[in-house]
Amino acid sequence: MFKWLDPYAKPETLYRLCGLWFPWLMTAAFISLLIGMVWGLAFTPADYQQGDSYRIIHIHVPAAIWSMGAYSSMAIAALIALVWQVKAAQWAIGAIAPIGAVFTVIALFTGAAWGKPMWGTWWVWDARLTSELILLFLYLGVIALSGAFADRQTGAKASALLALVGVVNLPIIHFSVEWWNTLHQGATITKFAKPSIDASMLWPLLISILAFGLWLAALTCLRLKTAILQNEQHRPWVRQLVSSSLKSSVIKEG
Amino acid sequence: MVMFKAAFVREWRLLARQKADWLNPLMFFLIVLTLFPLGIGAKPNLLAEIAPGIIWIAALLSVLLGAERLFKDDFRQGVLEQLVAADEPMLFYVLAKIISSWCSTALPLLLISPLIALLLGLDATAWLAVLLTLLLGTPLLNLLAALGAALTLSADKGGILLALLILPLYIPLLIFASAAVDNASLGLDYSGQLAVLSAMLCLALALVPLAVLKALKLNVG
Repeated sequence: MFKWLDPYAKPETLYRLCGLWFPWLMTAAFISLLIGMVWGLAFTPADYQQGDSYRIIHIHVPAAIWSMGAYSSMAIAALIALVWQVKAAQWAIGAIAPIGAVFTVIALFTGAAWGKPMWGTWWVWDARLTSELILLFLYLGVIALSGAFADRQTGAKASALLALVGVVNLPIIHFSVEWWNTLHQGATITKFAKPSIDASMLWPLLISILAFGLWLAALTCLRLKTAILQNEQHRPWVRQLVSSSLKSSVIKEG
Repeated sequence: MVMFKAAFVREWRLLARQKADWLNPLMFFLIVLTLFPLGIGAKPNLLAEIAPGIIWIAALLSVLLGAERLFKDDFRQGVLEQLVAADEPMLFYVLAKIISSWCSTALPLLLISPLIALLLGLDATAWLAVLLTLLLGTPLLNLLAALGAALTLSADKGGILLALLILPLYIPLLIFASAAVDNASLGLDYSGQLAVLSAMLCLALALVPLAVLKALKLNVG
């Protein structure tokens, strides 16, 4: 399988592939986001208990799911980067981390905005909220570390190592926080136990989750393309690419 | 074994000559502990209630403070480069470094813990719990701090970055350690928390030195 996969890790091929996938992914993400949001925010019935304010679930849940999904894919990229020394995988870490961090912020923000009318407070020291916050700190650590070195290569490798350490720690953090929460307070969440969701609300939610995943993939392709160009700027194929695109823009303007 | 002994003796000689390396974190620990009663108020009940959290946060910060210099001098003076270039297993160096850093920054905290218990009004059972959690938890603090120090070795702004990277990883430790002391001061059983702390320590002992090694090699280039 690796023999088959290996050529795709070549920066030039990967750049082409990302360029090929990006428009499709972005279009699909945009369409499904539109469907999911309009259906979820305007056409689903209101919740019998939470009224209209539950509709934020269509943003909150996809962002929360993909904030963790982005971290997992980052950790997989980190493993590939460290074990097989694939450079493109190192760049992928730097490409995914800020997107994942923004998803985490979206999940936290929408969660707080949802918590205010439902729980009467912006923030509860609940297990899920706390581990999401810690996830944000882990993302920020990876981003800060990758930018802290004069040598870009060292930064990429160090952040790969940190992402792996983080992924080993993530379950430990998750369970310890859950355990800590159930020791001190348990009632906060059980009072607002989720009613098993109705199909009319589930479908737009699933579409939104799909949309956020596609969006993540599309943005990763875009950022990875930029990262490849930045890191390979001394290579002939990049120079050729730049000079040919310059030429064509000159022709258009002329 | 010869390698380990040589590295270990070297570490102790360095520590004996640079007393600030282990005295400063200790003083920092004491000063931070003094600040809490001044800031929060010196009611004995309140102090005894928040003491476990305070002690652990102070310990965590003082270990972090000492960690920044862990590999810095060896990096600047080229010792690390020689070690990487030499065809000897570097793991002994890493282990000697971590063990001696535990002895120099965390062991003093254990030794002065009766004094801390007096200052914060903890009774004997709570003090014993503090001692046991520190005994099991501080090696973990040193291991992770060494990892942070190794990762940020050649970074431009190492110090604050080190804290940013490592503090989130300390959270499980903080939770279980202060829960153990809480249980102890309520007269409950806390062997479960100690077991979890030992499990985390075993996991870290097995994995972290390898990660430190990788990070050091990465920074030396």
